[in-house]
Amino acid sequence: MTSHAAYVAAAYGLSALVIVALVGWILADQRARRRELAELEARGVRRRSDRRTAPAAGGGAGAGR
Amino acid sequence: MSDAAAATGRLTGLANPTRFLALVDRVVPWLGGAALLTVAVGLFLGFAAPEDYQQGITVRIMYIHVPFAWLGMLCYTVMAVSALGTLVWRHPLADVALKAAAPIGAAFTLLALVTGSIWGKPMWGTWWVWDARLTSVFVLFLMYLGIIALTRAMDDPTRAGRAAAVVALVGFVNIPIIKFSVDWWNTLHQPASVIRFDGPTIHPSLLVPLLVSAAGFTLMFFTLHLMAMRTEIWRRRVIAMRRLAARAAEGGGR
Repeated sequence: MTSHAAYVAAAYGLSALVIVALVGWILADQRARRRELAELEARGVRRRSDRRTAPAAGGGAGAGR
Repeated sequence: MSDAAAATGRLTGLANPTRFLALVDRVVPWLGGAALLTVAVGLFLGFAAPEDYQQGITVRIMYIHVPFAWLGMLCYTVMAVSALGTLVWRHPLADVALKAAAPIGAAFTLLALVTGSIWGKPMWGTWWVWDARLTSVFVLFLMYLGIIALTRAMDDPTRAGRAAAVVALVGFVNIPIIKFSVDWWNTLHQPASVIRFDGPTIHPSLLVPLLVSAAGFTLMFFTLHLMAMRTEIWRRRVIAMRRLAARAAEGGGR
């Protein structure tokens, strides 16, 4: 039965690899979007809901959340 | 009555993405910590548990294979409920939830297939057979890939979300097929041994570590799902803000 240890090791090893890759991808995506938001805010771009004092600039619907 | 009103109020409050983001920021560190701790305890108990009298050491693959398979189905169920949220209730976070869940579900389903295959070789003598259980889980994996492609195929997230919601709901028919495939058809895969009417058929010494490990991976799924949803909300904000900036630049140029 000891020869079967390699199968157990392979199952756990591959699982760890895939989960680490998944978490890494989610974290990288998160960091990239956070950086983009920070850049836009640094340029003075504000979401409509944050610009209550600004005058309404020409109507138009949009999915601005 | 006031309780119901309060509950409805909370749900409506969560429809506000800013309030949802604040909640995610607060919950994710605790949920992630609990997930890591529970998975570690579950796997430790699993390796401390006795080997199976027939399968020997390979039974340890069960502590990851079974949670991955359950999560592949749980994640799809979360997506089907989100699809209802998009199509019926028009909840603003429903299509965010569906899109964010798909890659995580695909990863867990792939792992269920891979670990099952590695377990099958020493126990069944083959890496793969096209029997009912294995084939229906493979179809689930393909459904995930299709939904991932669909959610990213269109520029307008609302239209993409509605199309993906329809596909996800139609594909939900596969979930009971996976669950009951081992009863309905002759298959190499063993029948249900945990969730069955007459109780589990696994000895508690193996069942307890399995349940702890499954709880841990479930916490891990919800942590990753909340993180991916937060990122998706940010992505949509970036798109909306870029559009506003472009419109402002156009207006200024005139």
